[in-house]
Amino acid sequence: MKEGFRQSMAWLHTWSGLVVGWILFAVFVTGTLSYFRPEISQWMRPELRDAHAEPGAVARVIPTLQQRAPDAQRWFIQPPTSREPVVRVSWTNSVADQANGRPRIERGNFDATTGAELQVRDTRGGEFLYRFHFELSMQPIWGRWVVGFCAMFMLVALISGVITHKKIFKDFFTFRPRKGQRSWLDAHNAIGVLALPYHLLITYTGLITLMFMYMPWGVTANYGSDTQTFFAEALDFAPEAAPANQPGTLTRLEPLLSAAARRWEGASPALITVHHPGDVNSRVELRRDHQDRLSHATQALVFEGVSGKLISAAGAEPAAAQTRNVLYGLHIANFSSPGLRWLFALSGLAGMLMVASGLVLWSVKRAPTFARTGRIPFGYRLVEILNIGVITGLPIAIAAYFWANRLLPAGLPERSTWEIRAFFLAWVLSLAAALFQPARTAWRTQFTFAAVLFASLPLLNALTTDAHLGITLAQGNWVYAGFDLTMFGLGAGFALIAWHAARAPKKAAKPRKTRAEPLMARAEAEQA
Amino acid sequence: MRSENLVSSLTASYRLSVASRVLAAILGGYMLSALTAFALAAFLPLSRSEASMTATLLSFLIYACAVIWVFTTRTAWRAWAGIIAPSLVLGGLVLIRHYTAGA
Repeated sequence: MKEGFRQSMAWLHTWSGLVVGWILFAVFVTGTLSYFRPEISQWMRPELRDAHAEPGAVARVIPTLQQRAPDAQRWFIQPPTSREPVVRVSWTNSVADQANGRPRIERGNFDATTGAELQVRDTRGGEFLYRFHFELSMQPIWGRWVVGFCAMFMLVALISGVITHKKIFKDFFTFRPRKGQRSWLDAHNAIGVLALPYHLLITYTGLITLMFMYMPWGVTANYGSDTQTFFAEALDFAPEAAPANQPGTLTRLEPLLSAAARRWEGASPALITVHHPGDVNSRVELRRDHQDRLSHATQALVFEGVSGKLISAAGAEPAAAQTRNVLYGLHIANFSSPGLRWLFALSGLAGMLMVASGLVLWSVKRAPTFARTGRIPFGYRLVEILNIGVITGLPIAIAAYFWANRLLPAGLPERSTWEIRAFFLAWVLSLAAALFQPARTAWRTQFTFAAVLFASLPLLNALTTDAHLGITLAQGNWVYAGFDLTMFGLGAGFALIAWHAARAPKKAAKPRKTRAEPLMARAEAEQA
Repeated sequence: MRSENLVSSLTASYRLSVASRVLAAILGGYMLSALTAFALAAFLPLSRSEASMTATLLSFLIYACAVIWVFTTRTAWRAWAGIIAPSLVLGGLVLIRHYTAGA
């Protein structure tokens, strides 16, 4: 291009970042919260406050399942962990759902000591935010493509952003506060550069998690449409066994669990799948957890359900498969200890701030021009409203989701769906509110509102449940207490932002030339 | 690409050039990276599962580079040429391989 490589990269960075920015912001926010998916799920089920895990509890849910769901196609059993000390179970009913013709999925929570089914409020917990992170509550296939598209352009924006910066190292140490546009640029640069390895890693590995859907052609080249064989060869996925349609008695689970522990140096399964329980051809599949490993390899043991004989064990992975599994594991970050997990979360926060400051920078840069001409184009106003509606609206929506969890009556039909409706209702209202206020007022009021919603959550929790700070702090129950304290922290953070947004802008953003100059050239000059 | 001037309106040919490049980046870039994945999977001297895996892992980097190329080069025509020429070569290789393997 005529103006040279770096300027065309600046253009590409600006526009590719703007187009996908709002979705990326939502992906970053929900993705960061997903590092705490078990803790969020736990907090949203306050009935489980005193639950604690006991080894061998998993086997105790089997009799209950045999009563509740003898004809299920599969049982999925998540053993209790220290982060989520209940046995979570779901199963696919053989009776198809009338609504969409697919097998109906049922869910249950079981006590990790007695194996009895627990009566807890109907909620999707952290699972909803986790799904939103890569499906945006759309039809899964569409949501995944949209997120993949945005992730691809995030990768482009990152690479072009790096190329744009002549002095990437100097940028890192540069922050000129309270100087309008220049401060936004400095902030965007500093946050972007500070967590750059994380941003690159998380974007690329995010694409890797769904790479066979986005880019199936490498597999097609060697396997045609037979992807099952590929997954069996490359990732050691065990082939499915068909039911024989003859009744069989499921073996006891305990010996299989001890066999797994012996093979896995004491590690335990993260997921137990029983295929065709009650059939003579049933299978028990144990998947190793990833708490102590980077790689997300599916280390699975498959046993015959009736005899308990081990029939397949996933073995060593070859180099490329291992690379993929480690990249996948780095994205999911199941391996991390609490300290490392918080570092990941802080990097995720940096990602949000990078995206948000980039979006705001787009507006701030153009504001002086329009202030002079007095004509505000539609595109500018649209970006402004979307910025407010997404950057303040999403936190408000998440707070509303948590509020609904505590306020909706336990017996409400479709209760978990109503929690999600509260989330979207709050978001739509925030977007609508942004339409009818001047931008500065909207930023201030909506950040204040978010601050109030988050900071008062622990109080609401204390009024509606027994899982509040007064009890959980004394118990040393850090899952619940940690959530409440984090909400105070978020409230304080939003209050601080609202306070800053309320202050009148200094005149530093004053243009230095009377004519509009090419904006990218100006940004260039300031970085130089 | 020229730096936008906010006051003057952008010319039609400029808009057309941007639209053309956007298409070249999104669709052309995908085509090129898909063909690269296909060809790498077919030709890499590894076991077939490893070749498919390696090819898929690399394809996203190819896509990113293709997009950057499209917005860097001087004209939209050159951008398209830079996408289509390697695609033809890769497509040809894949076809030759397909027919020789079938014979």
